[in-house]
Amino acid sequence: MKIAVCIKQVPTREWQPRLNDQKTWIREADVSYEMNEPDAYALEEALRLREKHGGEVVVCSAGPARAQTVIREALARGADRAIHVEHDSLGAADAFVIADALAAAMKDEQFDLVLTGLQSDDQGHGQTGVILAERLGVPSSTIIMEVQVEGTSLRVKRELEGGWFQWIAMPLPALLTIQSGINQLRYATLKGIMAAKKKEIRKASLPDGVQPSQQIVSLAVPTRSKQTQMISGAPADAARELVKRLREEARAL
Amino acid sequence: MILVIAEQRDGKLNRATWEAIAAAQQLAGGMPISIAVLGAATGAVAQELASAAVAGIVVAEHAALAAYTPDAYVAACSSVIESTNPTFVLLAHTYQTRDFAPLLAARLRKPLITDVTGINGTGADATFTRPMFQGKLAAQVKPQGGSPALVTVQIGAFRADAVQKGGSAGTKNVDVHIDAASIRQQAETPFREAKQAVDLGQAERIVAVGRGIKSQENIPLAEKLARAMDAEVAASRPICDNGWLPMERQIGSSGQTVAPKLYVALGISGAIQHLVGMKGSRTIVAINKDAEAPIFEVADYGIVGDLFEIAPAIIAELEKS
Repeated sequence: MKIAVCIKQVPTREWQPRLNDQKTWIREADVSYEMNEPDAYALEEALRLREKHGGEVVVCSAGPARAQTVIREALARGADRAIHVEHDSLGAADAFVIADALAAAMKDEQFDLVLTGLQSDDQGHGQTGVILAERLGVPSSTIIMEVQVEGTSLRVKRELEGGWFQWIAMPLPALLTIQSGINQLRYATLKGIMAAKKKEIRKASLPDGVQPSQQIVSLAVPTRSKQTQMISGAPADAARELVKRLREEARAL
Repeated sequence: MILVIAEQRDGKLNRATWEAIAAAQQLAGGMPISIAVLGAATGAVAQELASAAVAGIVVAEHAALAAYTPDAYVAACSSVIESTNPTFVLLAHTYQTRDFAPLLAARLRKPLITDVTGINGTGADATFTRPMFQGKLAAQVKPQGGSPALVTVQIGAFRADAVQKGGSAGTKNVDVHIDAASIRQQAETPFREAKQAVDLGQAERIVAVGRGIKSQENIPLAEKLARAMDAEVAASRPICDNGWLPMERQIGSSGQTVAPKLYVALGISGAIQHLVGMKGSRTIVAINKDAEAPIFEVADYGIVGDLFEIAPAIIAELEKS
């Protein structure tokens, strides 16, 4: 089975937001990056499917040159090769642009299965995978917690709200967006890191005429919906003050 | 006009639809609003929605819409949009919407703005507020690329009880064209994994743990704090993903939604998926080492610091009396 996994490089969870002068995007100079977490689960699922059914796992990413770091990491975890659509503008691009960029680079590969994370930890549109399915002309299903492949058909467990699930069947080729927690992640071994250095990364360029679908007018730290009372001081003092206010003011204890 | 696409399953309306209608009424600025109901038998849902102060209800009935599939819904929505020619299409940001709305937008080649928490201005000039970077930032965005623009609204961001009622909206049927052969997915009946042993919805107090707890060995600290507060233990998604606490104790969009008297968030940063499950709590306490964590935006009381020092101090304080 020929499996593609789409991954994105995003700011780390510990990153503190700093804005550019126009307040339309983040100040990229201050950012340290990592692999988008749901994408890491998609990669793990692809590696497990390859272990079970054979074939190859191809990592696909659309991003600036810096994205190569997470591509190498995916190769070190066990992916066979990679496709990198490289362009400076892709770091801040919306879901339509990323999906169109990936589709152009992926369409001739004839993948049996394409996996993506359900959304990115940066812009968080939750759209890229599904738009990519449409551009590749394959069926999709989202927020997937289990994948079963039998011959040319696929049966997947889709998460619904509030603890409900549903099985969905569809033919291959198909695209799935993977929910975090579907599996337990593996990390790269030293051997994997060494092997990754020799693996192929095919560079692709951003196709002409790709149009954004939305414009970020401004970015800001969100305004608080509540007036939070911050309690400071040494742990014992803060604890005493908190318990006092919870008892006397909020009457919650 | 503005089109709201209602969500129903087996003839039961998803309450989040009312929130999308409230958002549409705020956005309208004089534009008429219609509500589309898709399904195999939609009579009761259409009748329920007709109480909203809107211009009309559009009914799209087809046997292929009895059970939800993205392909059938995209085909039906395309037909409704073609016959109503809206400027905006609004939907609640449910898991079902997340499954088909991007497909609809991609097929129509129209913009889709997801997870909207606020609308600024009205009509075609409106901009939309949506979270980015896990809620650390809020963006004002504007759709580009013609109408309709599709907009999904975050659950809980608009108030269902703010919907202006008192309409006498007429119902119009729209013929939908769904080619059975074009539906590639086959859906089985939804199910629940196991009967939930804990109903966190009934808990008066909840102590919830997040990534800040660092390892499974530290979970007993949260349990001890919960006992001292006479509270149930719960968790954010990553904790349950790691198997440190069972899935049935997960709070958030994929877990349970709760509104207890007291909610203590211990080392929870406050990703949107978690906030939607608990922000209705009466009193919220956030304890986190990161002063910028989004959880502080919904907290009534906040302590910035090391939970491994603060939680034991609270336990000691509670045990004093």
